[in-house]
Amino acid sequence: MKERNLSFGGILLLAIVLIYAGVLLLAPVLALVSNTFQNGFEPFWNAITDGEALGTLWLSIRLAVLASTFNAILGVMVAWVLVRHTFWGKGFLNALVDLPLVISPVIVGYVMIVLFGRLGWLKDFPIKLAFSWEGMLVLTVFVSLPFVIREIQPVLSGMGKEQEEAAFTLGATPWGTFWRVVFPAIRHALTYGIVLTLARSLGEFGAVAVIGGGTQGSTESATIYIYRSLNDRNYAGAYSMALLLGIISVVILIIMNNLRIHKRGG
Amino acid sequence: MAQAVAHLDNGASQERNPQMMFWGLRLSVIIYLSVMILMPILVISVQGLRDGWDIFWVSISRPVAWNAIWLSVWTAGIMAIINIVMGTTTAYVLVRYRFWGKGILNSLIDLPFAIPTLVTGVMLTLLYGPQTPLGSFLDDELGIKVIYSQTGIILALLFLGYPFVIRSVQPVMAKLDIAQQEASHTLGASQFTTFRRVILPALLPAMITGGLLSFARALGEFGSIVIISGNIPMRTQTAAVYVYAQVEGDKMASASGVSLVILSIALFTTLGVNFWYKRNRRVNRERT
Repeated sequence: MKERNLSFGGILLLAIVLIYAGVLLLAPVLALVSNTFQNGFEPFWNAITDGEALGTLWLSIRLAVLASTFNAILGVMVAWVLVRHTFWGKGFLNALVDLPLVISPVIVGYVMIVLFGRLGWLKDFPIKLAFSWEGMLVLTVFVSLPFVIREIQPVLSGMGKEQEEAAFTLGATPWGTFWRVVFPAIRHALTYGIVLTLARSLGEFGAVAVIGGGTQGSTESATIYIYRSLNDRNYAGAYSMALLLGIISVVILIIMNNLRIHKRGG
Repeated sequence: MAQAVAHLDNGASQERNPQMMFWGLRLSVIIYLSVMILMPILVISVQGLRDGWDIFWVSISRPVAWNAIWLSVWTAGIMAIINIVMGTTTAYVLVRYRFWGKGILNSLIDLPFAIPTLVTGVMLTLLYGPQTPLGSFLDDELGIKVIYSQTGIILALLFLGYPFVIRSVQPVMAKLDIAQQEASHTLGASQFTTFRRVILPALLPAMITGGLLSFARALGEFGSIVIISGNIPMRTQTAAVYVYAQVEGDKMASASGVSLVILSIALFTTLGVNFWYKRNRRVNRERT
């Protein structure tokens, strides 16, 4: 479709879209900002530098970084196998990859309790996964699983396997082929996928609330802290942490945008 | 060159049977995806049905459970319909017209992907809550309650689902055949007729795909709804919030039926869309 200057009808449509996007997306953000800063900057600063708040933020960051690292490595493997190999049932596996986006996080949390809880099917499992940060990590990996895979797949299938085979025939090891041929090609897509994974992991609430149980000081992530603060009527704490997570997501959004330009460029 | 030769020698002297490694890799991927994704689905199915259909039926036909399921389905449905209309309009404006601030609008649309849904709930409460100027105006003057009501749930879902249709329609729209549109114009069709007869049919698959994906995603939404809806059983308690309440209350058994229903709807929608979209694309390719 060709890009055009605005016509009369165009101005009308544009106005509708701007009002809709403004009311739906922008107004809530402004409401959060103005409420957090209604008594100046100091309450915000005090609330987020509070020891308890920092602890929950640290847990969220740790979970997000670990989940992203894990998903980056496994995601490259999964994408490569799904693009390069042909085997029975591949289409089905490929369709499975999208499911974490639509399976309710609360329901996966519930599955973990059914499996590893006090009366769970696998209650003698050597690693304690219910009400522990390890369990929260598993669920964080689950909810953010598709992003890296879905970003890398089109790049891999676009580049074809000729270069990999050439490197291989010339005697490069599989590892060498990966670093010298595959990795440079998927670098931008991988980074983009990791950024999406980070964003999704940092913001997870339902799944980690169910499995972690939100024990203060050990399994309380930043989102769970917001929820508890709202219930405890610690509004300054809740709004400040919400704003901080919001700011982090806006930064992530800006990074995403710059990366998208890179990705298009090649 | 020397380096390449050295490489070659090195490779030749080593055991170079990649076959084993590829098999190992393939097997790991299959096991990983099965454990992470297939297993939860199986666990929910077994947990939901292990006491037989009758017990399953009893657990979902309790009024509280049934209302929660139905509330999730109809709010997500309404959201998907509004989202298809507004998302397509937004995509059209973004693809078709040149205007100042287009880049900003285009990146703002991804905000719901980046922002934690719990934060969305907090933001909406701060904008429309009963003590806020806008919230009290809507309540006093127009009688619309947003917070702790079904309207609020739909609003949260609209926020969440906004990018889905746009990002699905945008690339298709950008590639639309200009020649067809211009032919239609030249033959005397009005702009509206061109849209209805030429553009719309080409976009419909992408619109429906985006709409259904946002529907499936919205069915399980928890973070924003738990804050904005107030969890009133029978009125504003959605399926995901119901499951959460049961698990928190240590009533594990009553969560399984509702989980299975919601999971099944989401899975069939997503897999169905996937299958249908692929077939549609193949048919289109064969036609041209």
